[in-house]
Amino acid sequence: MALLEVTDVRRAFGGLAAVDGVSFTVKPGQIKGIIGPNGAGKTTLFNLISGLLKPDAGRITFRGRSITGLKPYEIAGAGLSRTFQNPSLFLQMNVLENVMVGRHCRTRWGFLGCGLRWPGQAREERAIREAARAQLDVVGLAHLAGWSAGALPFGQRRMVELARALATEPAMLLLDEPASGLNTREKEDLGRLIRQIRDRGITVLLVEHDMSVVMGLSDDLLVLYNGRPIAEGAPAAVQNDPRVIRVYLGEDLQNDESGGDAPPRAPATPPATCCSR
Amino acid sequence: MPRLRLLFLLALFPVMVAGAQLGLRAAGMEYCLTQLTMSVYYALVVMGLCLLMGYAGQVSLGHGAFFALGGYTTAVLTTHDFSGIRACAGVGVLERAGLLVAQQDLYGQAGLSVAPWAAFAAAMLLTFVVALLIGYPALRLRGHYLAMATLGFTLIVSKLLLGSALTGSADGIHGVPEWKLLPGLTVSGRSALRVQNYYLACGLALLLLLGLRNLLRSRVGRALLAIHDRETAANAMGINTAAYKLKVFVLSALLAALAGVFFTHYTGGIAPSEAGALKSVRYVALAAAGGMANLWGVTVMSIALNYCSLRGWFGSYDNAVFGALLILIISLAPEGPLKPLGLWLRRLAGRPDPERRTPHGAP
Amino acid sequence: MQNESLALQYLLSGITKGSIYAVVAIGFNLIYSATGIINFAQGEFLMLGGMVAVTLAAYVPLPVAVTGAVALVALVGGLLELAFFRRLRRHSILHLVIITMGLSIVIQETALHIWDEKVRSLPYFTGNEVSSVRFLGAAISTQVLWVLGTVALAVLGLHFFLRYTLTGRAMRACSSNPEAAMLAGINIPNMRTLAFGLSAALGALAGCVVSPMTMTHYEMGAPLAIKGFAAAILGGLGNPMAAVAGGLLVGLLEAASVSCLPAVYNDVSAFVILLLVIFVRPQGLWGALAPDRVREH
Repeated sequence: MALLEVTDVRRAFGGLAAVDGVSFTVKPGQIKGIIGPNGAGKTTLFNLISGLLKPDAGRITFRGRSITGLKPYEIAGAGLSRTFQNPSLFLQMNVLENVMVGRHCRTRWGFLGCGLRWPGQAREERAIREAARAQLDVVGLAHLAGWSAGALPFGQRRMVELARALATEPAMLLLDEPASGLNTREKEDLGRLIRQIRDRGITVLLVEHDMSVVMGLSDDLLVLYNGRPIAEGAPAAVQNDPRVIRVYLGEDLQNDESGGDAPPRAPATPPATCCSR
Repeated sequence: MPRLRLLFLLALFPVMVAGAQLGLRAAGMEYCLTQLTMSVYYALVVMGLCLLMGYAGQVSLGHGAFFALGGYTTAVLTTHDFSGIRACAGVGVLERAGLLVAQQDLYGQAGLSVAPWAAFAAAMLLTFVVALLIGYPALRLRGHYLAMATLGFTLIVSKLLLGSALTGSADGIHGVPEWKLLPGLTVSGRSALRVQNYYLACGLALLLLLGLRNLLRSRVGRALLAIHDRETAANAMGINTAAYKLKVFVLSALLAALAGVFFTHYTGGIAPSEAGALKSVRYVALAAAGGMANLWGVTVMSIALNYCSLRGWFGSYDNAVFGALLILIISLAPEGPLKPLGLWLRRLAGRPDPERRTPHGAP
Repeated sequence: MQNESLALQYLLSGITKGSIYAVVAIGFNLIYSATGIINFAQGEFLMLGGMVAVTLAAYVPLPVAVTGAVALVALVGGLLELAFFRRLRRHSILHLVIITMGLSIVIQETALHIWDEKVRSLPYFTGNEVSSVRFLGAAISTQVLWVLGTVALAVLGLHFFLRYTLTGRAMRACSSNPEAAMLAGINIPNMRTLAFGLSAALGALAGCVVSPMTMTHYEMGAPLAIKGFAAAILGGLGNPMAAVAGGLLVGLLEAASVSCLPAVYNDVSAFVILLLVIFVRPQGLWGALAPDRVREH
């Protein structure tokens, strides 16, 4: 049974269809990657799934429940968390507090209880702090707990944001271009981390431009072009799909539903991979 | 470290409070306590505003109106003669339950009014409903829309209070009775109870400060900071941003109304000037001056500045001072002047700036 | 016959007041379009225009006094932008809006100290308070004709300026796409100063022309600002011409409420409109802003 099911989702901005009939599923325990040239609609798709945008048409189901049109916080509560392309840490707080915010949807004490510092609330607060520290340990940044979030370099902000998303105890994680802005060593660490996360039982859906990262990491790939899916499957198959190659070489795909009139070109050298499985 | 700071402030506050009172007594100026007490009640409004502005990042120009809402509700209910409804069923029950009390007005005529505790509850309930009605639609919009909506609300309330005979028109309401909180603790303007009321007001302020401080250091406080910092990310992390903003708005309105109720019973009356836009802007100016997110700073600043204003030290420039203060603070130190002041003092003492630390491995 | 002429009087009163609100609303729009700031001090420009004109009128002929007042207040508006908003780069829009609130109060109190709390007025431009023109059974004061005429001319002039002159088009470019405008060589900060100055000038003109009828008083700015803002958002922020329609609507609705409610509640109707627009249709009737831009996200 699919964990996430996206069915025929569409979203247009003032007449321009950014996402035009995308359907795919993500199975539990998978690492699924979404790739495609710039403007293919990847981030829009992410925003639709995570609730930042409402689809014009189509359905999105998570764990059997429809999440179409739900608000972002409700979707996070349902077990679907995300990171952003530009790490969006709360700069007025320190690193640990940022991760503690991630525990928000799994905790419950409200205004009155917090204001009066009820014993149950104090206990919960300690639990939040410990859980946050544990997540920081997972990403290897526990030593930075007290530092102001604004003082961190880009790569570490990424990691803290990841820890924060993990703190929400998601069943599935949406990662928006997690490797962008990272150097080679940081990318290797990231790959390792994502596999660790999957091994802990969290399904991962990621959007990524960096082929070396996404090819080596993903069990399954979805290729988007102009808001439409043009290929889906294992990385090896997708790599060799002539349509995918044409799209990445910059040639326009025209009337390609039926496979086109001209015979397919001989496949060019597939994109290089490092970090093989 | 925060615990140490808390203990320090907890010790400092009573010392300052008692010191002020004893100092004034020694100088033979104990009557100044009255204005000091009034300033403390005004500071309660600013505390709530601090929460709204400094943490939820919303500007409200309606807190004068909420203060007046609380004050006027209790004033009207406790001074108006409801004898006309004696014939209604259930009135006898209410009277026996202590919700309605027999009153004697200035001319010795017997009348029937609402007991202060019941009036207080009514004022809180009314404020809750009104704040909800205004906040729910306005908070879904960009920041300046809430400012405008609350300004519109303030002006409507102001006009209605001025125009209605029930609320005493331009004269306001006088003769508001005392409020017996507990045996031995009465909110009253009598000079014999002046010192008691001063400590009562300060005690109330301290309680609220502690409660708010607890709130801000909990998951609610973090949620509010997150909303203020990056609302989209906060939402994505499971925080119902709309609900939180509304709750903070309603809470701050309730605090303002609470202050209004106490203030009215203390001074024995209320006037329409409390509801005006000028007062509302004054509260905003005080919140800004104290450092919008700094509860203690805000409290100290409001008490100090309001006291000066009440003593008449600003003369005819009273309103201009607060307007100018607002402009200066926001232009030069939008986070409030206390932080830069603190940083400057640290540099003088030779200690490094706290923000300068960078983690290992950073370029 | 009686009712009809009464209704006509209310209608005219509504249109007159509405045209003043329209001018305030246009002022809001100009500044908002160029800078993104809601200028709470907008109403003070009207007050200042009237006050300065009254003072000048003691020494120079009326037309010169009015012109001088408009020029002076325009200068004040430009200076305000230079002094406060040009240098405050790192401040959020909300901060700047709060500053305008403070400015509104400071200007008000300064006016109080310069001119005291007495009510003043300019003399009627032509004739006096009883001279009137008969129209369809109603008596219209000549000053009303001045108000309507001046506002109509001002609106037309502004429209012409924005659409057909280079500077005007530069201002429009500035508001719709600041980056592109900058790249095209338009001096954005100067455009902002111009927006402030123009807003102030329009306000001052309206303040002068309405002074004989409604009097000039140091506290008149704030209610005018709110009503003008109500008109601006009713028409839709970002659309200066819709502001005119918004102003007229607010004026007419206010006149209608005057005819039904006790005098004290006159002003309430405009505030109620403000709240209704904010809550029901924040982008206004002809808003240039899509609802997305108005809501938080």
